[in-house]
Amino acid sequence: MKSLLLGNEALAQGSIDAGLSGVYAYPGTPSTEITEYIQKSKLAQELKIHTTWSVNEKTAMEAALGMSYVGKRSMVVMKHVGLNVASDVFMNMAVSGINGGLVVVVADDPSMHSSQNEQDSRFYGKFAMIPILEPSSQQEAYDVMSYAFDLSEDVKLPVLLRMVTRLSHSRAGIKVKQRRDQNEIDLPRDTSRFALLPSNARKQFDLLVSKKDTLVHCSETSNLNSLRLSENRNTGIIACGLAYNYLMENIGEDLSFYSILKISQYPLPKEKIQALYRHCDKIIVMEEGYPIVEELLHNYFDENDKIKGRLSGDLPRTGELNPNIVGRALGLFQNSTEPVPSVVTPRPPQLCDGCGHTDLFNTINEVIREIGDKNVFGDIGCYALGALPPMNTVNTLIDMGASITMAKGAADAGMDNAIAVIGDSTFTHSGMTGLLDAVYENSPITVIISDNSAVAMTGAQESTAVGRLHKICLGLGVHPDHLKTIVPLKKNHDENVEVLRNELKYKGVSVIISERPCVRLSRDQKEVIKAKIAALN
Amino acid sequence: MKTNIILSGVGGQGILTIAAVLDTAALSEDLFIKQSEVHGMSQRGGAVQSHVRISDKEIFSDLIPEGQADLILSVEPMELLRYMPFLKKDGWLVTDSESFINTSNYPDKKELFNQIKKHPNHVIVDATEIAKKIGNSKAANMVLLGAASAIIPLSEDSLVKAIKELFQHKSERIIKLNLEAFAEGKKVAEGITDLAASK
Ligand SMILES: Cc1ncc(C[n+]2csc(CCOP(=O)(O)OP(=O)(O)O)c2C)c(N)n1
Ligand code: SF4
Repeated sequence: MKSLLLGNEALAQGSIDAGLSGVYAYPGTPSTEITEYIQKSKLAQELKIHTTWSVNEKTAMEAALGMSYVGKRSMVVMKHVGLNVASDVFMNMAVSGINGGLVVVVADDPSMHSSQNEQDSRFYGKFAMIPILEPSSQQEAYDVMSYAFDLSEDVKLPVLLRMVTRLSHSRAGIKVKQRRDQNEIDLPRDTSRFALLPSNARKQFDLLVSKKDTLVHCSETSNLNSLRLSENRNTGIIACGLAYNYLMENIGEDLSFYSILKISQYPLPKEKIQALYRHCDKIIVMEEGYPIVEELLHNYFDENDKIKGRLSGDLPRTGELNPNIVGRALGLFQNSTEPVPSVVTPRPPQLCDGCGHTDLFNTINEVIREIGDKNVFGDIGCYALGALPPMNTVNTLIDMGASITMAKGAADAGMDNAIAVIGDSTFTHSGMTGLLDAVYENSPITVIISDNSAVAMTGAQESTAVGRLHKICLGLGVHPDHLKTIVPLKKNHDENVEVLRNELKYKGVSVIISERPCVRLSRDQKEVIKAKIAALN
Repeated sequence: MKTNIILSGVGGQGILTIAAVLDTAALSEDLFIKQSEVHGMSQRGGAVQSHVRISDKEIFSDLIPEGQADLILSVEPMELLRYMPFLKKDGWLVTDSESFINTSNYPDKKELFNQIKKHPNHVIVDATEIAKKIGNSKAANMVLLGAASAIIPLSEDSLVKAIKELFQHKSERIIKLNLEAFAEGKKVAEGITDLAASK
């Protein structure tokens, strides 16, 4: 029987079956289940595949590169904005190249279901000049993994594998193949390509640029890119990744009307595109994310009217695609539908009952009355909901770690009583370096670390901060007199307000650690945390 | 044969258990299945839905197109109405009567039910009440699945087997409770949804 797997799980199983030796990742919706699946897999445990979470996406990608350096197959997994954090190593390992196969899996979130933006990772792949694979179905997500690792080893480059929310979080029955063994250790013969001093880097960069033709040839001959020309020359469609499914949903058995180029591998197969372009009067480009293929077509052919897509307005410029949007772009008839009745009101997400963040916000809101309501800089995690009613505590949410550094910049500019609110996991992800900046200048800011012993937003994964926050802060140079701990409970409200008031009076760096476990942690998880803290002491 | 089902509710209410029963039963009948779900921010008490598609032929889109759902099965009445644009003309609405109120502007319940009753094919079940009587309000989702089962093109046998399989790690009592909830739900909707089954 087939196994019923999420797109993310299919991909994860595909990587195990392709001889994976290690996955490195930091959680982030919609990518999280990939790593979690391998962590829970008995087979992966038997095979001793590395699965522990990393502190952030940059450290994860560097570790994956280290594993590849030794000759093993490694994978690094993140959500789209995680690639911004890892972009330094990402761009440079394209120049050095890899040794064992290395696949960078990035899950994009068009329509921003759980994200700050809808950036399209294919741009990064193009920027780094490496191959990009974009599966269109769960089965393809499984099947593509072995090809991705083979391709990576063949061209000696990392391969970018792009997922999108709807594929990541949808299940289908999957057929699995036989498993390939892991690579043996096989160190690179010549290590100079990994030492990117200018003299080596120039050579490597020329080599990277010269691989372009090979990569285009791979795309041209790949099974993932298929061209079917129809006798009817009216409409040609380029359907990228998941868009192919929405297309097929609409045209069903009516294949004879359209010429279709399915794209799941980049750089674009230029000959196939030219063949389609010559054959058809009109080309519609369907792609999830930014109009990147559409733009490239304009560059190739320099003729605007014939090419339709998100730029021409035939498809919406922003947001994810769906079968209705694609059907409309094809001019297909759609039944009228009932509207959502006006009695229906929105139901936004909210903090759980018994969440410590709520009591912390109540404490901060008390002093906001005294210091003004623009002084609280926020960060990313469950506590980001503090930017919405009923709390309205937090003013900003930009990227992980920005609360501390934005508060510092505001204090530098003369803001009194700047407060940063940051979660424990976000703090270890990207807050520690910013705190050192503030300590270095003894900036007058109050940093509140809301420590719930979990990476709660993404499903209560283990936080690398557990049991370490005090020592980290002291080690970074926070003065012991201004490192405080509070327990955000209703009964401690007055006491906690006093602590905050006092620290705001201090014109230097204060850190208040607000400790209360997330209610979503299971009993087992709490036991593990307790044991870890005991082992540290 | 192709059946499109939208499951709806509030994050944390357990619609994915219903989805898992449908998935398991469909696979055991060797059918194709696609089932999308919501992970992430909305799972914190926000509106969530799952698209379940079952067919004897390959399914492409993970999302059900608007106007093509044969059934909207909701564990909460307002969340049922949120997905009305997806309903087929002669599609069915099945919902628990019990509201989940976690917002300050939850609509007037009478008005809510008036809207649901406007639609000819609706079944409103006191699923939470029934589940409580059986022994655990959490089994409301199985009551609802039972109530909708005549509209779902999977055999009772494979649905029951799927429930047993999904709860196999739980106690004998929990398995029995969920099976009873399913059977009770089926009884409640008897006579109403048979209409659909006979078509
Ligand atoms: C660069 C980047 N990586 C990952 C994420 C996804 N993400 C958002 S919040 C969060 C976890 C935050 O954990 P913590 O700071 O402990 O707050 P909590 O949710 O536990 O309150 C993650 C992983 C992101 N938005 N950006
Ligand atoms: S999951 Fe945990 S941190 Fe997030 S809102 Fe719920 S209790 Fe708070």
